[in-house]
This record gives sequence, structure tokens and C-alpha cells, in this order.
Amino acid sequence: MFEGLSSKLTGIFDRLTGRGALNEADVTEAMREVRVALLEADVALPVIKDFVARVKEAAVGQDVMRSITPGQQVVKIVHDHLVDLLGRTAEPLNVGVTPPAVIMMLGLQGSGKTTSSAKLAKYLTEQERKKVLLASLDVQRPAAQEQLAVLGQQINVVSLQIIAGQTPVQIAGRALDTARKEGFDVLILDTAGRLSIDEELMAEAASVRDATGPHERLLVVDAMTGQDAVETARRFDAQIGITGIVMTRIDGDARGGAALSMRAVTGKPIKFLGVGEKTAALEVYHPDRLANRILGMGDVVSLVEKAAAAIDANEARDMAEKFMSGKAFDFDDLAKHLQQMQKLGGLSGMMGMLPGIGKLKDKLKDANVDDKLLKRQEAIIRSMTPAERKDVDLLGAARKRRIAKGSGVEVSEVNKLIKQFLEMQRVMKQVKKMGKGGLLGGLMPKLKGGEMPDLSHLMGGKEF
Amino acid sequence: MTEEKKTGWLSRLRAGLKKSSNKLSENIVSVLTKKKLDDEALEQLEEALLMADLGPAAAARLVADFGKTRFGKDVSETEIKEALAEQITVILQPVAHPLVIDRDKNPFVVLMVGVNGAGKTTTIGKLAQHYKQQGLQVLMAAGDTFRAAAVGQLKIWGERTGVPVVSGDEGCDAAALAYQAMERARKDAVDLLLIDTAGRLHNKNDLMQELAKIIRVIKKQDESAPHAILLVLDATTGQNAHAQVESFREMAQVTGLVVTKLDGSAKGGVLVALADKFKLPVHAIGVGETADDLQAFRAEDFARSLMGLEGDAA
Ligand SMILES: Nc1nc2c(ncn2[C@@H]2O[C@H](COP(=O)(O)OP(=O)(O)OP(=O)(O)O)[C@@H](O)[C@H]2O)c(=O)[nH]1
Ligand SMILES: Nc1nc2c(ncn2[C@@H]2O[C@H](COP(=O)(O)OP(=O)(O)OP(=O)(O)O)[C@@H](O)[C@H]2O)c(=O)[nH]1
Ligand SMILES: [Mg+2]
Ligand SMILES: [Mg+2]
Repeated sequence: MFEGLSSKLTGIFDRLTGRGALNEADVTEAMREVRVALLEADVALPVIKDFVARVKEAAVGQDVMRSITPGQQVVKIVHDHLVDLLGRTAEPLNVGVTPPAVIMMLGLQGSGKTTSSAKLAKYLTEQERKKVLLASLDVQRPAAQEQLAVLGQQINVVSLQIIAGQTPVQIAGRALDTARKEGFDVLILDTAGRLSIDEELMAEAASVRDATGPHERLLVVDAMTGQDAVETARRFDAQIGITGIVMTRIDGDARGGAALSMRAVTGKPIKFLGVGEKTAALEVYHPDRLANRILGMGDVVSLVEKAAAAIDANEARDMAEKFMSGKAFDFDDLAKHLQQMQKLGGLSGMMGMLPGIGKLKDKLKDANVDDKLLKRQEAIIRSMTPAERKDVDLLGAARKRRIAKGSGVEVSEVNKLIKQFLEMQRVMKQVKKMGKGGLLGGLMPKLKGGEMPDLSHLMGGKEF
Repeated sequence: MTEEKKTGWLSRLRAGLKKSSNKLSENIVSVLTKKKLDDEALEQLEEALLMADLGPAAAARLVADFGKTRFGKDVSETEIKEALAEQITVILQPVAHPLVIDRDKNPFVVLMVGVNGAGKTTTIGKLAQHYKQQGLQVLMAAGDTFRAAAVGQLKIWGERTGVPVVSGDEGCDAAALAYQAMERARKDAVDLLLIDTAGRLHNKNDLMQELAKIIRVIKKQDESAPHAILLVLDATTGQNAHAQVESFREMAQVTGLVVTKLDGSAKGGVLVALADKFKLPVHAIGVGETADDLQAFRAEDFARSLMGLEGDAA
């Protein structure tokens, strides 16, 4: 979903990767690109300006020498600020009040209010065991009340009986009465779509609010919304006072920058994400997950954090220097490499953190990532003599059989490891040519534009 | 569409665009009044365009072109607005084409496509009203067999406009319904068949395939149909409109666009970039929720409204 922005930022920061230090000029250039990426992601310009200024300040001031690569350090700063902006914690629905808790759904035409009303009703009924009443106050759109009634039936939630000719305020009053008399825990009021500049309809929404005192006033917005997000959020908040945001159509490929804009402008939390047309397609909002998705870096950030924690920086530098100095990559190096990978959570752990993986999920399943593989491969190497570890050419058929026996695997697996080793040697040479040192540089030679890094040499030769 | 209506829609559009235009104007005024057009001024101009959803590439290009001819000159606020509006008009003019109904087709088939909630069903109702008033025999088909009460919604549009609606049960096959509608339209010698479809996100391959199937089935009865495949875009949409146009054009051979909800605070500026990139005709715009709230797209009016200019060119 937010893949676009993530891969874009990855591309930007990848250019910084491998440079020794991060100076102001680098950051300024990167921030220019961040600005464009965020604009293309539909984050509102005033929000971007503020965001970029803050990130820049933080990035330039930092001691980047300690980090694995300066680029990845910047990614983390951008990410942290994004999470700050989006809100650190998930904020639950305020429904633990003396019943009935009233939830009022608001928003522009077609943003997804009616569908989200039904989704919330289902969620509250099934996850929180609430007795929910649905009521549509939409007397504008043709068949709007019927739409909510049909959805209610689908999810087995009661919806208020439709009486033609009533005004929204009348329906709301009747709904509240019914909810009180019949012991409902939650009343969800779906309202007609309205433009934030439509004074008459905004006033009507305010009357409904005054008549029912809703505990939650949720603004429902489309993830595809552009710069207008600021205007809409500000006006709804000023005139009705919203308590939270529901962002719909996250299942699309919009980059969802509107989430950032609205949050920044209103300070109100994003509470739910709509991820499809069906009534079950609702997710509770988690800020860091959304930030990761907006960044679209898979989870480079936690990869960096883990790497920093797990790998002795000196060891990494030694290894990088060894590659760079042109010394041959041998089986001892591979063994070290394998150990470090295990510290990082094994193949599947690492893959999960890499950008662009979303698209490849199914293929990954087919590829059968096998975490025990690393251990077996280490065992194979341990069964080699020191001489064999230094010189792959020594490994003839007899020696391979001995090694297989020693490590308890089939000869074919020894062959595979040798093939992978040779491939890796080739990659290391390439990396050297590209001038990218560092362990992560070696592991992820092509971490660019969300492209899948070439890990095929580690995966039993399976092609993606 | 009548002259009276034109004034009506213009004032509506302006009223809708007012807030944004005011902001746009304010931005421009604050920096540029009685000032030489310098880099800083151009940057502010670019920002104003960005906030109207033109997108980074289009905004940069427009401003660069603008700067080329006027850099260093003393310019007034109105001059700048007029000049930019002219530049935008030049981009939009080639795509401002009304939908032409070929009366030799029996029927002329229009398929309405787009993402969820964009305004497809409403626009069909508006088109039905317009062409019925022009004396055409119109038929609508409730091809959204998925969404709750979508059929009921179109049926109400049928009652409002006095145009018959072909429908099946909710959950029935949309392609089969399109086929039925074609049959009935041919039998009843209908001039114009308007087929609604369910909203679908362009990145969902199965749903896009379903659309391709609907088109194939329609072609079984008339190889030249659908004669128009209209993509409905919501003016509130930002840069994702590019992806929408791209996918729907590729998967559903879209022939033209309708932009809805231009009566709101959103500027619909992405249309400028879309016009430049895809050159798809923009047939009409939606400026409200009633049957009469559909208007022809006029490049100059749109551009001037976007720049916050009132009335016709000086
Ligand atoms: N793909 C996708 N579609 C959604 C989502 N939420 C809603 N929709 C679809 O968006 C369209 C509009 O949804 P509604 O719930 O009718 O929107 P609304 O805000 O009630 O519309 P009005 O009442 O006309 O203002 C429908 O086709 C829904 O199925 C979502 O999260 N993902
Ligand atoms: N203000 C305004 N509202 C509009 C316009 N066009 C459509 N709407 C409203 O937008 C909402 C969605 O319109 P629909 O016609 O149901 O949209 P759709 O594309 O058919 O939606 P799905 O079938 O659910 O995908 C409704 O509340 C319409 O009244 C317009 O030009 N201006
Ligand atoms: Mg609704
Ligand atoms: Mg519809």
C-alpha cells in the first residue's frame, strides 16, 4: 500500500549509503528529495515544511560515525519523526462510558462512512462483546438508510427502523431513545456525506452532536485524499470537534500522506484503518506500523537497530576492509557471515525486514526459507579442514563426501553451499567494484528503489 | 446546456473554489505585490500550485515556464494570476471535449468505471437526466451487483429522472447483467445505455479482470461497444489519480474522464498534470448531488477558478 513512498525514500538514502560521514550538504540534498517524495505521497505542503525542517535539524547534529551507514541513520531519524508525528500510541475507542456510548461518523461524500459504521459495529460486537445499534441519519443520498440496514443484516447487528420523512436530528433522538430503552451498549450514528464548506449541512451535524452528545466523533477520510486533507480536517474539527480519524481504502496503492496531514493539523489520533470493502476489513491503527508503511522501507529501521545491537562494529569493519582490500573471500568469512545472520534473526527474520518484500510474500512462501539452513551450512564449513576453507578448489568428490558425512547432510547440500559460496564471492567482487563496504552493504548489494536484494545465493539457488 | 445554467454552475464552482482560491491568491499577493519576480517569489508561486494538488512535477514545470518569460520584471498580482491561468488553460484546452453521443449506434453504450465512492452512480443519474431532457431514449443498468443497496440507489435515480433501470439481484454476475441490459436496449431501440459498475481499486487485479470481462461480454453483442468508457475521478483525490488513470486506461480502455465533487474545497489541480500526461478528454464535471449538478468541462473557467479569478478574461 504505502510501498511507493517507502521505496522512494529507500532509493534516496541508498545514495548516501557507503559515504563516510553525513554533512549538511548531504542532508539538505536528501531532504529536498524527501520533500518531493512526501508531496507525491500527498502530505500537505505546510506539514512537509515543518517535518523536513525538524528532521534536518536532528540529522545534521548527529554523530553519524557510529552508525552502520549514514544513509540508514537518516532513515531512522526520518522514521522516528514520522512516528512522532503520527502519534506514538494506539488510542482506543472511548466506549467504556455509561451506556449507551454514542459514536458519530462524519466526513465528505463517499469517504466510506456507512461501510466503516458497519465495520465498527462488527468489531465492537465481536471483539468487545458490545450490544450495538446502528442508525443512519442520511436523508440525502438515495438508498443510504437501506444501505446501512443491509449491512446490519449481513453482520447481525440491529439497525434502527427506517421511518421516512424524519430529519436527521429526529432520527438521532429516536435512536438514542431506543438505545437507552433497549439496553444497547453502543449507538453508531452514520451521517450523510457533507462538504466542509457547506454551512447548512455542517450546522445540521452540529445539531445532531448537540442532541446526542457523542463520545466519539470520527472523521472518515479516504487514503487517496490530496492536499485538501488539511482543509477538510481543520473545518470538521473546528465546527464539530472530532475525536479521531478513520482512514479508508488503505488497501489501495495511495501513499496515504493525508494521514500525516490530518494528524498534524488536528492533533487527533488515527484510530482505525479501512482495508477493504468487506465488513471485516478493519484494522486497529498502530502508529509505528503505519510509519513503516509510509516509509515503505519494509522495516529497515529495526534491521538497522538489530544489526547495530548484534554485530560488533569492529568486526564488521574488519570484514568490510578485508573485502575492500581485495583479499579473497573464503569459507571462514562465510562462516562468520552465517553467524551474524543468525544473530539478526535468521533468513526469514531478515527478509521480513527488507523493503519491497510485501510484493514477494507469496514467492517467499514457495521459496521455503529455511532457518535451519544457516546452522547446517555452518556445520558443513566446520567439517572442512583449514586448508579447504581457504581454497575452494581443493574440494573434490571424495572430500565432499567426507564433509557431508561429518556434518550429517547430503552431498548435494555441500554442492549447493559451494555453489552459493562461489556466487557470493562473485557478489563480493561486485560490491567492491561498487565501492560499498560494510557488512550490510555486502548483504544487501542492491537495496535500491524497493528492489529485492539479491539473496538468491543464500537460498538454495531458488529464483524469484 | 443553457446560458442560465452556465452562470449557475460558474458561481457554484467559484463558491466552492473560493476558499482555496482565496488562499491561493493570498499566497501570491503576500509575496508578489509590487515586487520583482525573483527566485523567492517563484518558489512561493510553486508552493501555491502544490497546495492546489498540481503535484511536484507539474508545479515545477509551470513555474519554470512562467519564470522564463517574466523573471526580473515588475508584475502585479492580477497579472500573475491571469498569466498562470492562461498557461493552465493552454494545457487543459485540448482535453475539454463534451461527450458526443453517436445517434447511429443503437444503443450508444457508456460504461462508468472508477474507484469506490468516486461518484459513478450519481454521475449516471445526472447523465440520464441530461440526455433524457435532450430527447434521447435512455436506459440505465445497475451493474454494481456487489455493494449494499447499490441497485436500490440507481433505482431511485431511475425514479427521479424517469429513466428505466435494468437490474438483477444483489450478488448476481455483473457481466451477465450487462449482457441482459444490451439485449433489452437493442430490443427497445434505446439511444443511450448507461451501465453502472461497482467501485474498484485499480490495484486489485481480480476486480480489474472482472471489468475486462464485462467489456468482453458487451462486445459480444456489439463489437464497437462500449462506445465510451468513462473514468470517474473525485476532485478530492491527490496524486493517486495518476495511478488510477494509468490502470483504468490500460485495463479498461478508458476513453474519457468525469471529475466530481468540484463544489467542495478540493481544487482538483491534479487534472492539470493528468491532462498533460494522458491527454484523455474531460467530458464533464460534477458540482453537487442533484440531477442538475453536472456541467461541461470548460478549460478556461476551470483554470481561472483554480487561480481565484472571477469572471471572463479581461
Ligand atoms: N477498497 C475499499 N473500499 C471501501 C473501504 N471503505 C469503504 N469502501 C467503499 O467505498 C464506497 C463508498 O463507501 P460508503 O460507506 O458508501 O461511503 P459513505 O461515506 O457512506 O458515502 P456517502 O454516504 O455517500 O457520503 C463503497 O463502494 C464502499 O464499499 C475500504 O476501506 N476499502
Ligand atoms: N458534493 C458532491 N457530491 C457528489 C458529487 N458526485 C457524487 N457525490 C456524492 O458522493 C457520494 C458517492 O457517490 P456515488 O455516486 O454513490 O459514488 P460511486 O462511485 O457510485 O460509489 P460506489 O458505487 O460505492 O463505488 C454520494 O454521497 C454522492 O451524493 C458531486 O459532484 N458533488
Ligand atoms: Mg453513507
Ligand atoms: Mg455506485
